[in-house]
Amino acid sequence: MYEITKVEHLVDKDWLMVVKAPFVAKKCEPGQFLIVKLGELGERIPLTIADYDREEETITIVFQVVGASTEKMSKLKAGDCFTDVVGPLGKPSEMIDTPIDELKKQSIIFIAGGVGAAPVYPQVKWLHAHGIEADVILGARSKDLLIMEDDLRKVAANVYVCTDDGSYGDKGVVTDILKKLVNEQGKKYTQCIAIGPVIMMKFACLTTKDLGIPTIVSMNPIMIDGTGMCGACRLVVGDQVKFACVDGPEFDGHLVDFDLAMKRQRQYKDEEGRAMLALQEGATHSGGCEADK
Amino acid sequence: MNNSMTRVPVREQDAKVRATNFDEVCLGYNDEEAVLEAERCLNCKNPLCMKGCPVSIHIPDFITKIKEKDIAGAADVIALSSALPAVCGRVCPQETQCEGKCVRGIKGEAVSIGKLERYVADWAREHDYVAAKAGEPNGKKVAVIGSGPSGLTCAGDLAKLGYDVTIFEAFHQPGGVLVYGIPEFRLPKDRVVRPEIENVKKLGVKIDTNVIVGRSLTIDDLLNDEGFDAVFVGSGAGLPRFMNIPGESANGVYSANEFLTRNNLMKAFREDADTPIKVGKKVVVVGGGNVAMDAARTALRLGAEVHVVYRRSEEELPARVEEVHHAKEEGIIFDLLQNPVEIYVDENDWVKGMKIQRMKLGEPDASGRRRPEEIPGDVYDLDCDMVIMSLGTSPNPLIKQTTEGLDTNKHGCIIAKEENGQTSKTAVFAGGDAVTGAATVILAMGAGKAAAKGIDDFLNGRA
Ligand SMILES: Cc1cc2nc3c(=O)[nH]c(=O)nc-3n(C[C@H](O)[C@H](O)[C@H](O)COP(=O)(O)OP(=O)(O)OC[C@H]3O[C@@H](n4cnc5c(N)ncnc54)[C@H](O)[C@@H]3O)c2cc1C
Ligand SMILES: Cc1cc2nc3c(=O)[nH]c(=O)nc-3n(C[C@H](O)[C@H](O)[C@H](O)COP(=O)(O)OP(=O)(O)OC[C@H]3O[C@@H](n4cnc5c(N)ncnc54)[C@H](O)[C@@H]3O)c2cc1C
Ligand code: SF4
Ligand code: FES
Repeated sequence: MYEITKVEHLVDKDWLMVVKAPFVAKKCEPGQFLIVKLGELGERIPLTIADYDREEETITIVFQVVGASTEKMSKLKAGDCFTDVVGPLGKPSEMIDTPIDELKKQSIIFIAGGVGAAPVYPQVKWLHAHGIEADVILGARSKDLLIMEDDLRKVAANVYVCTDDGSYGDKGVVTDILKKLVNEQGKKYTQCIAIGPVIMMKFACLTTKDLGIPTIVSMNPIMIDGTGMCGACRLVVGDQVKFACVDGPEFDGHLVDFDLAMKRQRQYKDEEGRAMLALQEGATHSGGCEADK
Repeated sequence: MNNSMTRVPVREQDAKVRATNFDEVCLGYNDEEAVLEAERCLNCKNPLCMKGCPVSIHIPDFITKIKEKDIAGAADVIALSSALPAVCGRVCPQETQCEGKCVRGIKGEAVSIGKLERYVADWAREHDYVAAKAGEPNGKKVAVIGSGPSGLTCAGDLAKLGYDVTIFEAFHQPGGVLVYGIPEFRLPKDRVVRPEIENVKKLGVKIDTNVIVGRSLTIDDLLNDEGFDAVFVGSGAGLPRFMNIPGESANGVYSANEFLTRNNLMKAFREDADTPIKVGKKVVVVGGGNVAMDAARTALRLGAEVHVVYRRSEEELPARVEEVHHAKEEGIIFDLLQNPVEIYVDENDWVKGMKIQRMKLGEPDASGRRRPEEIPGDVYDLDCDMVIMSLGTSPNPLIKQTTEGLDTNKHGCIIAKEENGQTSKTAVFAGGDAVTGAATVILAMGAGKAAAKGIDDFLNGRA
């Protein structure tokens, strides 16, 4: 059992948790993820490691309620336990293995969409700790959905915020800001790292391709084991089939087949819809409604 | 003695009933049946059956104990050689091993050794009879990576020799393929696998689940920082192969590993499990091994019409004869000498069919099996809404990638000496599917056993 030491409701459907997980906390690096499981018959849920404390042997996760399992997680309190936590999984970000001198020559911009701010944070923090200040574009649908702004401001050179509805920061989407920074303010970036919903990463990549900025994305396909033994997480990257859990989750965004990735993510839509309804309305609907089956 | 030419039949669930549930197909012998079948054994002076058993269970001895109705004694005999008899009695391909060599098989049917082994193991479990005992602690620590049959056997044998053994397992449950691969209806998890693993724990073996060696820890960490004197790698061969044909990334195309893991490990067939599984109306399973049979019979139980598409003929099917027979009884359709060349996808990106090439058998290849060849132009379309690829697996490269000095061959299998499991890296031993590629439970156990002895020799300066 893995104890939850802190629970924080960030905004709307986003939650933060600190969890005791010694093996993960000891070894994890920015870019990696873990899998949590709740209950004997629970699902294995992949989540990016948003922060870690090697001394305390804890890791931080930030998750959005999108379906039955994340809904269940949001009901947990400090002192409760996950049945299973396994990790770290996936490869660390490329920057971890890049010589610091090399990194210092680069000019890095992060693009974070929605809950993607959480996986961006440890990377910006890591760079900051190594004397490198990166820029961050932080996007959300509206002001009350924005997360981690303060944390990011502490470790980034500049944080540019935008909201779809203009309730805070610039009105517009993350790609608008990027274009403005490069085309109007003359910023020159040599590397972009975009993390967020697949659709956002897709458009970020179309933009950075135009601007000639190499871009890394962090993919989040459906996963089962997360160790490379099922292929549920397979993606097409540059005409090759890759398993996101072992070959990624970070890939060259200009090579990823995003449309295919989005289609594969929707595979379980009906079952997930049903499980969510069952949780919200009790067994009356999903179990009993013949029309659903 | 019972001189019947044929074996005492074993009771099974009716094919029509079992096709709709996940309960065990084979019900096993009762006391009278077991003794009656045991009496068919001739207690040969030179028992050929033992030569066919990869871990050399003293077969005539344990069968004699059954004749004497001393079932605890029979369990003691088996425990000298095997740590997982309830599993092996159920899943070993006895027809090519012990039973394949039995002299009674020359004129009639071989003695039902597997069913008798299973009977003894089930009796021991039901009577809480534990045959094996832990050894005097010798103060040395060994780490075992993976809790499949090879790891469990190696750990059990080392514990009997007094070693302090910890198994590190990537999944949340120990057992390897026994829990995530082989389905309930062949190998019940709570009733059979779990107690068998508990027996290994009773020897003092610790099992740390949710630890992935290569990520959570490396082999060098185990040897240098965690105080282990030796390591056994029994990480299996779990990496699925795909065909690389058009349409394979479509929704509704699964690896057998994914399909079986969802169902067996995550229990997706149960209403109260959180992990979803989707099953089409018409499912095509590509491949002809045990894994293909398991996937096909699982899909059938979830309500689908199931076709097994295999590129050679029935004779070359690598699956166990018993499983093919069961599959046919349950209504699985075999489309033999056929090979998919393309998967058709509908407007929602779901599978809607396959283009299939008919094959014929040509000259024997290096493996001695006749090579399948395309019949030019003989193709047809098969409708289906789900495809399960069961084309075999290879070892996961993670351990190799994170362990300096551990050599593998061109298939990614760890190179280890057959007699003692020693790898190219000092103090590191390996066995099971991680070394041989996908093979059998009993071979993995045999390798675990050999490595336990190899580790004992190594740590005592005998090698
Ligand atoms: C490597 C990786 C890292 C991730 N990191 C984070 C993170 O830090 N924070 C976070 O909130 N989420 C993260 N996710 C996504 C998270 O795993 C899913 O949101 C979660 O599994 C959904 O579980 P559920 O049962 O609540 O929803 P479900 O009922 O399973 O799904 C609800 C909806 O979400 C979609 N969905 C299902 N699985 C995924 C998925 N893997 N990714 C995206 N959408 C999905 C479905 O299409 C469905 O419409 C990550 C996923 C991966 C693979
Ligand atoms: C569906 C199916 C049906 C089969 N049917 C039969 C049958 O009827 N008869 C038969 O004899 N054989 C059968 N087999 C084959 C048999 O199950 C295998 O040969 C046998 O299980 C191999 O044992 P193993 O110990 O080498 O590996 P596995 O059983 O694969 O166990 C390896 C374990 O190591 C863990 N692991 C892997 N990497 C790591 C890591 N880095 N860190 C920590 N843990 C790790 C895995 O999670 C797994 O639990 C079948 C296989 C499958 C898939
Ligand atoms: S070969 Fe057959 S008859 Fe002879 S001892 Fe073995 S099981 Fe009995
Ligand atoms: S999640 Fe199973 S291979 Fe990646």
